[in-house]
Amino acid sequence: MTETVAPSTNLTSATPDTMEWDSRARRMVMIYLPLACFVVILLFPFYWMAITSFKPNAELLDYKTHNPFWITSPTLMHIKHLLFETAYPHWLMTTMWVAIGATFLSLTASTLAAYAIERLRFRGSPYVGLGIYMAYLVPPSILFIPLATVVVQFGLFDSPMALILVYPTFLVPFCTWLLIGYFKSIPYELEECALVDGATRLQILWRITLPLAVPGLISAGIFSFTLSWNEFIYALAFIQSSANKTVPVAILTELVSGDVYQWGALMAGSLLGSLPVAIFYSLFVDYYVSSLTGAVKE
Amino acid sequence: MSVTTIAPQRFAQRRPGWLARLFDYKPFLIIACLTPAIGLLLVFLTYPLGLGIWLAFTDTTIGRRGVFVGLENFQYLLTDPLWWNAVFYSVFYTAVATFGKFALGFWLALLLNNHFPLKSLLRAIVLLPWIVPTVLSALAFWWIYDPQFSIISYLLVDVLHVRSTNIDFLGSAWPARFSLIAANIWRGIPFVAISLLAGLQTISPSLYEAAMLDGASAWQRFRYITFPMMMPILAIVMTFSIIFTFTDFQLVYAITRGGPVNSTHLLATLAFQRGIAGGELGEGAAIAVSMVPFLVFATLFSYFGLARRKWQQGESND
Repeated sequence: MTETVAPSTNLTSATPDTMEWDSRARRMVMIYLPLACFVVILLFPFYWMAITSFKPNAELLDYKTHNPFWITSPTLMHIKHLLFETAYPHWLMTTMWVAIGATFLSLTASTLAAYAIERLRFRGSPYVGLGIYMAYLVPPSILFIPLATVVVQFGLFDSPMALILVYPTFLVPFCTWLLIGYFKSIPYELEECALVDGATRLQILWRITLPLAVPGLISAGIFSFTLSWNEFIYALAFIQSSANKTVPVAILTELVSGDVYQWGALMAGSLLGSLPVAIFYSLFVDYYVSSLTGAVKE
Repeated sequence: MSVTTIAPQRFAQRRPGWLARLFDYKPFLIIACLTPAIGLLLVFLTYPLGLGIWLAFTDTTIGRRGVFVGLENFQYLLTDPLWWNAVFYSVFYTAVATFGKFALGFWLALLLNNHFPLKSLLRAIVLLPWIVPTVLSALAFWWIYDPQFSIISYLLVDVLHVRSTNIDFLGSAWPARFSLIAANIWRGIPFVAISLLAGLQTISPSLYEAAMLDGASAWQRFRYITFPMMMPILAIVMTFSIIFTFTDFQLVYAITRGGPVNSTHLLATLAFQRGIAGGELGEGAAIAVSMVPFLVFATLFSYFGLARRKWQQGESND
C-alpha cells in the first residue's frame, strides 16, 4: 500500500498571512475538536472496561463518595478471581488453539487456491475466484442451524475441532481474495525464469512466489487469527461443555450468573480476552490497515 | 521455513520421480491446489446452505428427523407477531445503524484525511473497536447501560444536572432498541472510516486544484468531486455493512438477548432462540432462510456498484 500524498483541504492554507490566526482557529474547530470527540467516544468503553476491572467492589457501586472516572485504591481482586477461581486460563488456551488451528488451515487452503486461480490460470479460473468471493457474502447467521446438524453428523459436536473446521468457511474467501491480489503484484517474469531453469510448479510456489508474498501471508494470517478469536455464534451453537468454550462465549454464559452481575470480574474477563488481539494488532497495525483497505479496494 | 536449506542445484535435476512429474502436470496440480479450499467450502458452506433450505421445509427438531411439511413453517411465521417484530427491528436496526455508521464514518475519514501530527497513531487507535471481540465490547456497553450504575446517567444526573432520574436504557422497548443501535454504530464506525479513508487517498489532488482554480467552494468540491469519486467504494463497503448489520447476532445476544419482552429480537437472534435454544430446527431454519431475500437485494446492490466502477474510472475490468 503506497500512500498518496497531500490530499484535499490543506491546500486551502494558502491564504494571506493576516488570515492565519483565523484559519488556525477554524482548523481547531473544524478538525481537532471533532477528532478529539471521536477518539474519546471510540475509546471510552475500553477505558471504562479497564478501570472497572481494577476497582474494588465498594468503589464500583458507589458513585456518591468516589469519583467513578478514577480509582482510589486499585485492586487485582477481580483478575485473581478470574485466573484462579474460574476456568478462564483454560478458555484462553482453547481459544488460542482454535484460532491458531483455523488460521493455519485457512492459510494453507487459500494460498493453494489463490495460486491456482491467479498463476496456473485455467479456463474458468475467474469464475472459481468469483465463487469463492461470493462465499464471503454468506453470513454465519443463516448457516449456524444447518451447520449444527452437520457438526452432529460428523460427531464433532462439543469439540473445538468443529470450530477449527468451520471457521475456514468465512476465513478462506477473505484470505483467498487477499492473496490473489498479492500474487497479482508479483511479476510473472520471475516464475517464467524459474520455469526455463527447469523448476517444477511446486518449487516455484514454495521458493519464489511464497517468499515474495510474505506480507500478504502475514496480513491474511493476522486477520484470520483475529476473526477466529472474535467469532461467537458458531462457538455458542456448537460447544456445550464449559471446558471447551472459547473466551467470548464462556464470559457471557459462564460468568453472567444470577441476578447480581459481577461487573468487576466480567470487565476483567473482557479486558483479558481483548488483550491478545489488541497486542497482536499493535504489532501489525500496518498489515491490518493494508489488508482491510486492500480487500475493499480489490 | 526451510527454504534456504535445500541446495539450489535441485532445480536442475534431470529425471524427476513420477510423483514430481504428476505434480507438474497442470490439470492435476490445479485440482490438487483447489481441493482443500473448495472442499472445505462445499462441505461446510454450500452443503449446510442447501440443508438449511431443506430444513426450513421440514418439521425437524433436535433429536428427531423431520418430514417435509411444505410451506407450513413460513405460513406459521407470517402469522407470528414475533417474527414480524423481528423483521421490523432488523430493517430498522440496519437502516438507522447503517446511516449512522456511514455519516459518522465518512466524517471521520474526511477528518483523518487531513495532515496533523501523530496521524498514523490516531488511525491505529481508531480501529480498536473493530479489532476487539464484539461480545466483549458489548459487555462493556451492557455495563455502561446499567440501570443503576450507568456512567451516562451519572454524567447527566450528577455532573451536568440535565436530568433528575437515571435513564432506563434497556428496560423498555424503544430505549433498548436505540441503545443497541448506538452500540452497533460505535462498533461499525472504524471499519467504514478506514475503508473510506483508503478510497479518499486514491483521489488525485489535481482534481481539487482544478476545481479550486475554477472557484469551487469546499462544499462544491465535496459534492462534485469527493462524493462521485467515492461512489464505487461506498457501494462496496455499504453492501458489506448492510449484510453484516442485518444478520447481526452478537451485540443483541450479549446485551439484551432479544428482551425486554422480545422487542429487540433480530431475525438472527430469533432463529437462534427457536432453532438452537428451543430445539425447533425446522422453524429456526425457516427464520434464517427468510433473511435471504434481503441479502440477495444487498448483493445485487453491490454488483451494480461494482459495474459502475468500470465506466467511472475508465479502466477495463481485471
